[in-house]
Amino acid sequence: MRWVNRHMRRQDRLFLGGLPIALLLLLYLFMAMQRHSINPADKILPLPAGMAQSLGALMAQPDPLSGKLIFVADTVASLERLGIGIGISTLIALFAGLALGVLPPVRATFGPLVTGIAVIPPIALLPILFIALGLGETAKIALIVLGIAPAMLRDLAGHVAALPREQIIKAQTLGAGSWQIMIRVALPQAMPRLLQVVRLSLGPAWVFLISAEAIASDVGLGYRIFLVRRYLAMDVIIPYVVWIALLAIFMDALLALMSRRLFPWAHGASH
Amino acid sequence: MSALLSLCGVWVEYGDKVVLEKVDLDVEAGSFVSIVGPSGAGKSSFLRVILGQEVPTRGSILLDGVPLAPECGPDRGVVFQRYSVFPHLTALRNTVFGLECEKAPLAARLFGGARRAAEEEAAAMLKAVGLGDSLHLYPAQMSGGMQQRLAIAQALIKRPRILLLDEPFGALDPGIRADMHALIRQLWSDYALTIIMVTHDIREAFSLGTRVLALDKRRHDRHAPHRFGATAVYDLRLDRKEQSPLGITVDNNGNKLEGAA
Repeated sequence: MRWVNRHMRRQDRLFLGGLPIALLLLLYLFMAMQRHSINPADKILPLPAGMAQSLGALMAQPDPLSGKLIFVADTVASLERLGIGIGISTLIALFAGLALGVLPPVRATFGPLVTGIAVIPPIALLPILFIALGLGETAKIALIVLGIAPAMLRDLAGHVAALPREQIIKAQTLGAGSWQIMIRVALPQAMPRLLQVVRLSLGPAWVFLISAEAIASDVGLGYRIFLVRRYLAMDVIIPYVVWIALLAIFMDALLALMSRRLFPWAHGASH
Repeated sequence: MSALLSLCGVWVEYGDKVVLEKVDLDVEAGSFVSIVGPSGAGKSSFLRVILGQEVPTRGSILLDGVPLAPECGPDRGVVFQRYSVFPHLTALRNTVFGLECEKAPLAARLFGGARRAAEEEAAAMLKAVGLGDSLHLYPAQMSGGMQQRLAIAQALIKRPRILLLDEPFGALDPGIRADMHALIRQLWSDYALTIIMVTHDIREAFSLGTRVLALDKRRHDRHAPHRFGATAVYDLRLDRKEQSPLGITVDNNGNKLEGAA
């Protein structure tokens, strides 16, 4: 049988999908144990027990300055920045994307500006943001917004502009004006795409968050990783990276679920 | 009979490419005009001009003696071959949409009693096109024929002066197409519609239409084929649909001889 026709059953998919992950974990364990058998104090490849111990300490131990539990405070601070940044970007992308996609004069006026902003590497703007907005939360959130909003906006505007011309004409023959076409024809059809775009922007958003935290911050997941790097504390870095990955996977799955629940018509005929 | 729609000396040009040249035409209320012609003869441009999607380069179009605004409006309904219905709305909501736009300019939605009344009207219209049992299906759950029925119901609820059909049955199976022919003929007589239909299918053009227009180029320049546009080269009036083909009045030398027929 050709490989293109080998469709996997659910059980097989779970097994096959888990296989490479399990193999990588095994490989890591093998190498870590080997290093530890030579040098029991090895810091580069910590054993699971060591990582659990360090992470447990961060979870239980309050920060001497703020009095909060370090792990919780880091997570809350990072998720807050990420949430606000993605929220603002989503709103910008939705409103501006609709206007740019549906209304040709708006597209002609602001299209080049959006393209111009989108091609600037956001990290290059970070010094400007720190100078203009200070080293506080605003600059970090602004970096996330500048980093992901232009791409989201362009994608959404493109999607709306690519709605079949027939639909827009049909709506007009049914008596709809520009505003009614925007809210009744373009907006609902942009929503599933918007969730899709947010999902794709999660990756870059995390990159900008961690960059901003690494450079100037006093709390946050990215801050902690870069802080403990000085002590080669892989037993903290690795659990933090895994935690970030778990958070990202959870957000992605949540958005995918929302899209299927809220917009069943956009997910094929099987609803 | 006075003309509902008149085209006077309509030209459509894109740059130096002439698509339609000097189209003169009167369409009476209640007629079913089929437009046929080879690919590239400007059938679609012709429809777009009447629809208001395109402005003719020269000439004027009058609807009830009033020049048409260069925009689509609710006085002209349309059914395209595809993409005529909104994929994010159920059949009922698709049909109610036209009523909501008219009565709720800001929210574009109706609530309470007004909404129930509109939904009743829409449901009745869906029943008339044979979708009485599919009110709550999304277009993706419907067959191609059902989607076209929905598109027709959607257009008819606005009671357009003219219904424009752009190869509406071109993508359907032959069996379904026959059903749709019966439906459109029924609706045409029930609602006293004026229909202009573009089609590739000559048999369909003759079996449905009360008048068949053939668009083609009258002159050809082999060195600059784009410099001559198409116009109505045949204008056949089918007096009685039940009559033998001898009842067809053939007029192959102009577009303005309706009075003589």
